This record gives sequence, structure tokens and C-alpha cells, in this order.
Amino acid sequence: MKVLVAVKRVVDYNVKVRPKSDGTDVDLNNVKMAINPFCEIAVEEAVRLKEKGVATEIIAVSIGPKVAQEQIRTALALGADRGILVETEEDVQPLGIAKVLKAVVDKEQPQLVIMGKQAIDGDNNQTGQMLAALTGMAQGTFASEVAVDGDSVAVTREIDGGLQTVKLALPAVVTTDLRLNEPRYASLPNIMKAKKKPLDTLTPDELGIDVTPRVKTLKVEPPAERQAGIKVADVAELVEKLKNEAKVI
Amino acid sequence: MSILVIAEHDNASINGATLNTVSAAKAIGGDIAVLVAGEGCGAAAEAAAKIDGVSKVLVADNAAYGHQLAENVALLVAELGKDYGYILAPATTNGKNTLPRAAALLDVAQISEIISVESADTFKRPIYAGNVIATVQSSDAIKVITVRATAFDAAAAEGGSAAVEAVASAHDAGKSSFEKEELAKSDRPDLTAADIVVSGGRGMQNGDNFSMLYSLADKLGAAVGASRAAVDAGFVPNDMQVGQTGKIVAPGLYIAVGISGAIQHLAGMKDSKVIVAINKDEDAPIFQVADYGLVADLFDALPELESAI
Ligand SMILES: Cc1cc2nc3c(=O)[nH]c(=O)nc-3n(C[C@H](O)[C@H](O)[C@H](O)COP(=O)(O)OP(=O)(O)OC[C@H]3O[C@@H](n4cnc5c(N)ncnc54)[C@H](O)[C@@H]3O)c2cc1C
Ligand SMILES: Nc1ncnc2c1ncn2[C@@H]1O[C@H](COP(=O)(O)O)[C@@H](O)[C@H]1O
Repeated sequence: MKVLVAVKRVVDYNVKVRPKSDGTDVDLNNVKMAINPFCEIAVEEAVRLKEKGVATEIIAVSIGPKVAQEQIRTALALGADRGILVETEEDVQPLGIAKVLKAVVDKEQPQLVIMGKQAIDGDNNQTGQMLAALTGMAQGTFASEVAVDGDSVAVTREIDGGLQTVKLALPAVVTTDLRLNEPRYASLPNIMKAKKKPLDTLTPDELGIDVTPRVKTLKVEPPAERQAGIKVADVAELVEKLKNEAKVI
Repeated sequence: MSILVIAEHDNASINGATLNTVSAAKAIGGDIAVLVAGEGCGAAAEAAAKIDGVSKVLVADNAAYGHQLAENVALLVAELGKDYGYILAPATTNGKNTLPRAAALLDVAQISEIISVESADTFKRPIYAGNVIATVQSSDAIKVITVRATAFDAAAAEGGSAAVEAVASAHDAGKSSFEKEELAKSDRPDLTAADIVVSGGRGMQNGDNFSMLYSLADKLGAAVGASRAAVDAGFVPNDMQVGQTGKIVAPGLYIAVGISGAIQHLAGMKDSKVIVAINKDEDAPIFQVADYGLVADLFDALPELESAI
């Protein structure tokens, strides 16, 4: 079966992002960019399905500026077969992304779409659920285990109370959580090979999708700073402070 | 403008995060209706009717909603929600699962995890693991919003007397079914609602050593949390993870033990009132947010701490 994975280009997870001093936007000048960690887990899961003989073709899709090709190449180096970049300079929001992905799904007809549960820049946690709604597919969000069985997939989900397993009719959307797998590193030969894999470029216009944002960012600011604390010498001092100064125990 | 709040519940009672969500609805202002969708959820509906500030409770009691399958509940929320100006749900895994699906069915955006209401159409929300706070304005006719519970006080669970109305619609998308659930059982307070949280990280070394944290927690009446590293290593289950992509907590006292303080962890706990860090590395970033830092080996400090309180 065909598997579609959606990969987003985001700031590397080690970067501590700051707002610009004029508060109009975050400062992303010269910061390291990477594939969203949850999307990397999505690619890894698709590759494992291919290695098991369940998946036959893996298509990596990204919506973003031209440089997002880098993240598609990363997915190709990890084992995806071909890529699609839907190129736009616009900062497309989850509903717009979901609409673009639906257009790609309509064209490609995958049996399974694997996405990250959350992009670590906007922290939205929406796009997979929205794509599932627009396509009428079932959804298995926050997956820590995915087992395809004929025309259905069992997804174990990380929920607030523990773990839940649901069975979904295919085609379906799965979003990944941290424990689904541990992504491999791309080997040098595979990075070289990835450069030759096909990568198509489309635009939202060509797909007939209006990606105008519905939500406007008025300003960005740093969070309230915590007052610097103190170091205590030993457990006795700690307990004394907690009892008499902070009065929390 | 009227507001529809999607209740989080277990059919018998209302989850606390719903009360914080009602407070966010009050901050927006307008008539507040609460939807209780479930199976055999009459008791939860009765409890919802008592929440202060709620004027109406809609109960959709049907097998299709029994396990909160998003495919079914989102259809219901979209159907009922089109008559409201706002649809709010707590940013629990359940709210995060269902609400974006309902928003897309309504062709509107969702605003995730708001931490404040600035005006009828403007809200604040953290982005980039809480390193940036964005003020966002929605132009959608129906504003679909998830609410970060720790940012709003809980509405009083008693005092209201809302009318309870049954909703007949039974949406079964027929695409998904519930198989099984393994829920963590604990006599300790709920992690997201506890006044004190004791959390352990990779420094705990293994799952057995977490018993030191459990006995300290029991003495303090605390809940126990963990870092991602501790969960990934299998020391403790996933529902204990605190952080950007886990649970958000803001207790009166948070004690981080053997946790380095990565931004993803801080994102889940830095709004705690008092933070204590116990770490043997005096340069660990956790000390930058700690009110009281103790540089020590946790295997010495924990037993001492437990006997001193
Ligand atoms: C996409 C993504 C999402 C993430 N989401 C989360 C999240 O939600 N929550 C989260 O927590 N992390 C999250 N992380 C992981 C995060 O980046 C860190 O890797 C993680 O928080 C580290 O956990 P830790 O502090 O327990 O481990 P470490 O960083 O290894 O720190 C262990 C600490 O224990 C101390 N220590 C060791 N032995 C002792 C001892 N005997 N006595 C005292 N101190 C000792 C060490 O000095 C060290 O500071 C995420 C990462 C990514 C990429
Ligand atoms: N611009 C994008 N291009 C490709 N996939 C995306 C994009 N934005 C979001 N996604 C997918 O949706 C997931 C969740 O993102 P979000 O809803 O923004 O938190 C990501 O992990 C991706 O799989």
C-alpha cells in the first residue's frame, strides 16, 4: 500500500527561540532548521512498514518555502521513495495545510497517512485531525504502536490516563508520539541516493487551495521571567525554607 | 455570543480541566452551555449542571460516544457547535483529539491551548515550547479553542443549576472502534491537579528507584511526574511525562529530581509557584528556574528529605 508522510521544516529542537525586539515575529535569523522530530518518527514508521512488506511506496510531502526541499531530502535519505513540495512563502496555518494535504491525498490515494502529532514551532497539534476530518478518514492520534492488518490498522494511543487501542478502517491518518519508534540516522550512501530521487513541486494555487490565514498574530513576546532563586546548602536548609519561607509544605 | 464547552468526563464525574475551561468561557463572556457526550453519562451531566456559570447542559448519551471516538464525537460537536460563537474544550489528549476534527468539519481554524482571553476575538497562547507568547486574533465566525487548564482558575463545581437537555443525534461514522485501554491506577492525586508534584528524570537510573519518589510523594500528598528521558527509558509509563509534548502542570510546589531542565521539560512545569531542583550537576539548567536548588546526589538527598518532613 501507498503511505504518505507529511514533514514540516521547523527550528531545531535545541534552539531557544526568542521574539524579535519589536514583537512582530520570532527571530529565526541564522538559526538551525530541521525536520520536525515527530515527522522524523512518522518517516521512520513508514520505512519500517516498507521493510515489513506492508508499504510499497512512501511519499514525503512538505508545505513551505523552497528550502523545505532539505527536509524532504532528509525524508528521502531515511527511506521515502519520492517527494512533493507544495511551495509557498505564506505562513500556512493548520487548516490550510490540511486542505493542501487533502488535495495531495485525492491525487495520490494513499492507504495510510502518517504525520507528527505536533509541530514543535507552533505547538498546534491539529493538522492530522483536520486532514482526517476533511478526507473523512479515521484517525489514530498520539500513536505509540501501529499494526496494519489487512484493511484496518490498530493504533495504540498515548492518552492522559495511560494507553488506548483503537481499530481504524483504512485509509486512515495516524499521528506519531515519542515512543512510536527511534528514528535511524541517514547513512552517507543513502543521503547521496536521496539526491536522485524524484521531487515534484506544486503550489497551493495549482491545487486550487486557498491558504489565507484565519488567525492573525498581533504580537509575540517573551514569557514572564522567573525570579532567580538560591542554592541551599543541604536538605535541612531546603526543608526549613519550604516550611518557613515558601510555606508550601 | 453563546459558548459551547465540551466536557471532559468519565461518564460518572466531570474532569477538573472542564472547570478551568468554564472559567475561560466566563472570561470571554456569554451564555455557557456544556456538552456531555458519552454512554451512560447521566451522572456526569448532573454534575455539569451544578458548575457555577453554566446555563444549559446538553447530554448526548449514546453508545457511539462511549469511548470518545473522535470520528463520532466531532460530528456531534460540529452539528451542535454551528449555533454557537465559540466552542471550547480543555487541552487534554481527548480535547486535542476531537476538537481540531470538529473545527475542520466547520471549516474554521482552531486556536490551541490559550492561556488568556484578551478580548472577544483575541487570545494569548504559548508557542516554541513556551519560549514565546503569541497574541492571536481570530476572524472566524465560530471560534474553536482549546484551553490550557493551568492558566485559568477552576470554576466552582457546585452552586449552579443549569437545565439539562437530551440531544438525540447519534453520529456513528462507522470508521473506528475501541479495542482496549490500559489506564494507570493510582491513589495519588492527579498529576495535572495536584498541589505538589515530585518528578524524576534519567538521574533516577531505573524504575525501581522511583519507589523513593513515590514514598516521598505519599508523605507530601503529592503526585509523581517524570521527564521524557525517564519515560523513554521505561522507568515509568507515558502518562507521567511532564513537558511541551506531555502534561502541563503548575502546582504550588514542583520538585525536580535528577532532571537536567531541557526547554521541553521546562515548558511543562515552569509556571509552578515554587520550584525545587535536586541535581548533582551544579550547572544543570534546571537551577535557572529553581527557587531552591540543592546540588547533591539524589540517592543521599531523597532519603534525608523524606525523613526530614
Ligand atoms: C520533540 C521533543 C519533545 C520533547 N518533549 C519532552 C517533554 O514533553 N518532556 C520532557 O521532559 N522532555 C521532552 N523532550 C526531551 C528533552 O529534550 C530532554 O531530552 C529530556 O527532558 C531530558 O530528561 P532528563 O532531564 O531526565 O535527562 P538528562 O538530560 O539526561 O538529565 C539527567 C540529569 O540527572 C542528573 N543526575 C544524574 N544522576 C544523578 C544523581 N545521582 N543525583 C542527582 N542528579 C543526578 C544529571 O546531572 C542530569 O542533569 C522532548 C524532546 C524532543 C526532541
Ligand atoms: N507545513 C507543513 N508541511 C508538511 N506537514 C505539515 C506542515 N505543517 C504541519 N504538518 C504536519 O502536521 C503535523 C502536526 O502539526 P501541527 O498541527 O502544526 O502541530 C506535523 O508533525 C506534520 O506532520
